[in-house]
Amino acid sequence: MKIYPRPEPGDQPSLLYPPYAATVRRAPAMPPIPAPHTLSELTGPLYGHPPIGDTDNDLTRQRAGEPLGERIVVAGRVLDEDGRPIPRTLVELWQANAAGRYFHERDNHAAPLDPNFTGAGRTVTGEDGSYRFVTIKPGAYPWRNHDNAWRPAHIHFSLFGPCFITRLVTQMYFPNDPLMPFDPISQSIRDERARQRLVSRFDLDLTQPEWALGYRFDIVLRGREATPFEGRP
Amino acid sequence: MSRAPERLCSLPSQTVGPFFHLGLTANAALSCLASPEAKGDRIRLRFRLFDGDGLPVPDGIIELWQADASGKYNHPADTQEREPDPAFCGFGRLATGTDGACTFDTIHPGRLPDGQGGCQASHIGVSVFARGLLGRLCTRVYFDSDPALAEDPVLMLVPNDRRRTLLAQPDPASPGCWEFDIHLQGERETVFFDI
Repeated sequence: MKIYPRPEPGDQPSLLYPPYAATVRRAPAMPPIPAPHTLSELTGPLYGHPPIGDTDNDLTRQRAGEPLGERIVVAGRVLDEDGRPIPRTLVELWQANAAGRYFHERDNHAAPLDPNFTGAGRTVTGEDGSYRFVTIKPGAYPWRNHDNAWRPAHIHFSLFGPCFITRLVTQMYFPNDPLMPFDPISQSIRDERARQRLVSRFDLDLTQPEWALGYRFDIVLRGREATPFEGRP
Repeated sequence: MSRAPERLCSLPSQTVGPFFHLGLTANAALSCLASPEAKGDRIRLRFRLFDGDGLPVPDGIIELWQADASGKYNHPADTQEREPDPAFCGFGRLATGTDGACTFDTIHPGRLPDGQGGCQASHIGVSVFARGLLGRLCTRVYFDSDPALAEDPVLMLVPNDRRRTLLAQPDPASPGCWEFDIHLQGERETVFFDI
């Protein structure tokens, strides 16, 4: 029995997408086997994370000094497909610094590291499903996938949601990024509308005067079968 | 089956990329699911992740989700009438090393209901992420020679000649140690589930 309906084809990337070269030897060749939703899928890790620290959702206050770059607020709500908020769920993110360099030993892009920016954060959603991060707008960076390949600016997001089925790792992009049409990772989502769901929108209400631009990014996780007679809570 | 018009669509997934360690796997404590006082038989479970060329995948993540020794999940949707073992966490997460491997310390999970009046065999739910994987892969670890395997309704959905890919093998040199190889492609491609 499928208690959480499958996403529509086209709403998810195809695992094999040769323009993204690493998929060629890593995407499974066999189709996945449809499996029922048992207790093992309808449960999931809710409490497996250590306590959240004060600066975990403010990536500009995690080090001794202030990081360089354009300070931004990234906020939104975590919802299921019926628009119901998902409270008390862990949201984790990581990103490059303003120069497009990750604080990571395997990143050898010739752009400066920022000693005041690690680029990792996490938070737990409120009762209304809301979350909020303060960070720095990440820079674009080159990668070796193809000639003159550049990733559009993006922030990686990881969420658990209420059960094993709802687990999601994705990337948030910024509005009107000229690199997106050339980016095989985002273009692996064939449906234009589905792809646009990963693009945050600039939000003047989230923007704090004299301080930081605001970007809104609502995150929709898989939800249970809609029951037509059920009222919204 | 049509969607109600106001129904939203879940977001597409994207790869974790090569730099996920920053955000996801910095906490090495997630290699151990069971405190010393946890009930059940302690096991050590070693994963190895391989690509289609048989090469180790050194930038992958293995996540585990499992029931405690009594077959109870620490989650409100598990309404079996007993308390979960407070000394057992159920969730584990590690990055693979340069050899494509990572090792968890946990307990042998108990059997639990299959929702159809029967029982599932002992198993551990696994999520695989990696650079080059645009979405999460889901699979299950079962234990070789478990007499309950033939009763497991999920394993029985798998064609007979591929079931072996889901069976952890005991390490003859180390009692309590099990090995589970994940092949993303190739002749020994692991079975992944569409959940």
